Amino acid sequence: MASLTEPFASGDSFLHGMDPRIRLLAALVLTVPVAVLPELRPAWLALAAGLILVKMARLNMLMALNRLMVVNLFIVFLWLFLPFSVPGEPVFDIGPLHATAQGIDRALLITIKSNAIVVSLMALLGTISIQNLGPALQQLGVPDKLCHILLFTHRYIFSIYQEYTTMRQAMRARGFKPRTDTHTYRAFAWLVGMLLVKSWDRAERVHGAMLCRGFRGRFYTLAAFKTRSADYLFLLACAALSAGLIYLGFIQGRPL
Amino acid sequence: MSHAVIELSDISYAFPGRGETLKGLTFHLHSGEKLGLFGPNGAGKSTMLHILMGLITPDKGEVTLFGASISNAKAFDAARLKIGFLFQHSDDQLFCPTVLDDVAFGPLNQGLSREQATERAREALETVGLAGFEDRVPHRLSGGEKKLVALATILSMRPEILVLDEPTTGLSPEAKDRLVDILKKLDMARLVVSHDPDFLAATTDRLLAMRDGRIQPGELKPHSHVHVHEEGDVPHQH
Repeated sequence: MASLTEPFASGDSFLHGMDPRIRLLAALVLTVPVAVLPELRPAWLALAAGLILVKMARLNMLMALNRLMVVNLFIVFLWLFLPFSVPGEPVFDIGPLHATAQGIDRALLITIKSNAIVVSLMALLGTISIQNLGPALQQLGVPDKLCHILLFTHRYIFSIYQEYTTMRQAMRARGFKPRTDTHTYRAFAWLVGMLLVKSWDRAERVHGAMLCRGFRGRFYTLAAFKTRSADYLFLLACAALSAGLIYLGFIQGRPL
Repeated sequence: MSHAVIELSDISYAFPGRGETLKGLTFHLHSGEKLGLFGPNGAGKSTMLHILMGLITPDKGEVTLFGASISNAKAFDAARLKIGFLFQHSDDQLFCPTVLDDVAFGPLNQGLSREQATERAREALETVGLAGFEDRVPHRLSGGEKKLVALATILSMRPEILVLDEPTTGLSPEAKDRLVDILKKLDMARLVVSHDPDFLAATTDRLLAMRDGRIQPGELKPHSHVHVHEEGDVPHQH
C-alpha cells in the first residue's frame, strides 16, 4: 500500500479554482437525489452531468477510469445475482435460473447511479486537497470532532500501517507462520491489540505536540477561500439540475 | 542575575501503578541560559519536560513560567506559545499534508494572518536550511530532514525558550552536525535533554545530571572520549 495520494487535487481548471465550500455543497445537492432515484432516465442524465464535471475538472482520464474500475468491481456481483432474483417477465434462462427484465433494469439502474455519483465526487471532492478539506468542512458547520477524525485518519493511517508491517516482519523474523491453530489466533490478537495500544499512545503524543503549538480545536489554513460570482452560478446550476432530477425521478408520470 | 523563566519547585509525580518518577524535583532556567540535562533512561527527564509544558499535571509541587505561577490549563495555553518544545519523535510533531502547512500551524494558532504566517514559515525553513521544502510531504522526508522541519515548526512561533527532548535520537552524525550548527546560531534560552555528551557540550553552556527523579547537585564538566569513524587515523578536527 502506498500512502494515500490525492491524484486529482492539483490542477488549474475552473473547478480547482472554485471555493472548496461551494464544491462540497454542490456535491451534496447533486449526489443525494441521485442516490435515491428510482428511474433510469434521470440516472442517465446524472451520469452525463458527472462526466461533464470530470471534463470540466480536466482530470487524468486513465486515473479516473482506474478508480471507476474499483467501484464497478463491486457492481459485477450485483449483475450476478439481481437479474435472477427479482421477480418479473423472464428474458432468458440459464439452467433452472430465469433472468427477468425487471432484474436487469434494477441492476442497470444501480450501475448507472453508482457511476454517476463516483464521477461527480471525483470531480467535486477529489479536486479539494486535504489541507483545504478540513477548514472547508469546519466553515460549513460540520462538527469539529468529525473534521478531526477525517484529517487524522488521512494522516496517520499510513503510519499505523507501517507499524503493522514492522511488527509482522518482526514476527516473521522469529519464524512465525500463520496456521489454523490457537497459537496463530493468539499471536494475531496480540498484534491487533498492540496496534490499538500504539495508536492510542501516538494519538496522545500528537495531541500533546499540537497543544504545545497553540492548538485549541480549530484548524486554520494558509489557503484563503474566496467565493467568485461564477462559483455561486455553478452552485445554482447544480441545484437546478438536482431539482430537475427530482422532478423526472419522483414527480413526472406518477399519479399525485 | 537574570530572572528565572522556568521554575519547577518540589515537583512529585507517579505514573498510575508505578513508583514515583519525580521525587521533589526543583529546577530553574534563567533567561538567556543554555542548560543541558543528562541522565539514565527512566530518570524522569521526559516526565519533567511534559510537566513543564503542562501535558502532565504533577501530583505535588508548583510550576512557574515567566514569573507567573501556572495552575490551570488556560494559563498553560498562553505560556506554551513562548516555549518551543521539540518532541523526541518528529512523527508525533508533524501531521500536516505539506511542510509549509506544518511550519505555519503554530503561527496561525497564534493568530497571525495567512500572509504573516507564511512569511514566518519561510523564514524558519530558511533558518534550518530547508528553503525549497515548502511543498514536500513531511512524513516522507528522511529522519534528519523531519527533525529540522520539526525544529522549524517551533522556530516559526518565535519562542523565548527552546526545550529539546533527545533531539539526536536516530540521527546520523551528519544530521547531528547540521543540527548543532543551527542551534549554535540561535540565541534563545534553551534546555536540552540528551544522552549525547558531545551534542550537549556543543549546544549548551552548563550541564546538570538527573537521577532518581531529582536534579543532582553540582555541575558536570564535559570531557572528550575515544570515538571511531572512517579515516580516523588522519589528523582532523571536530
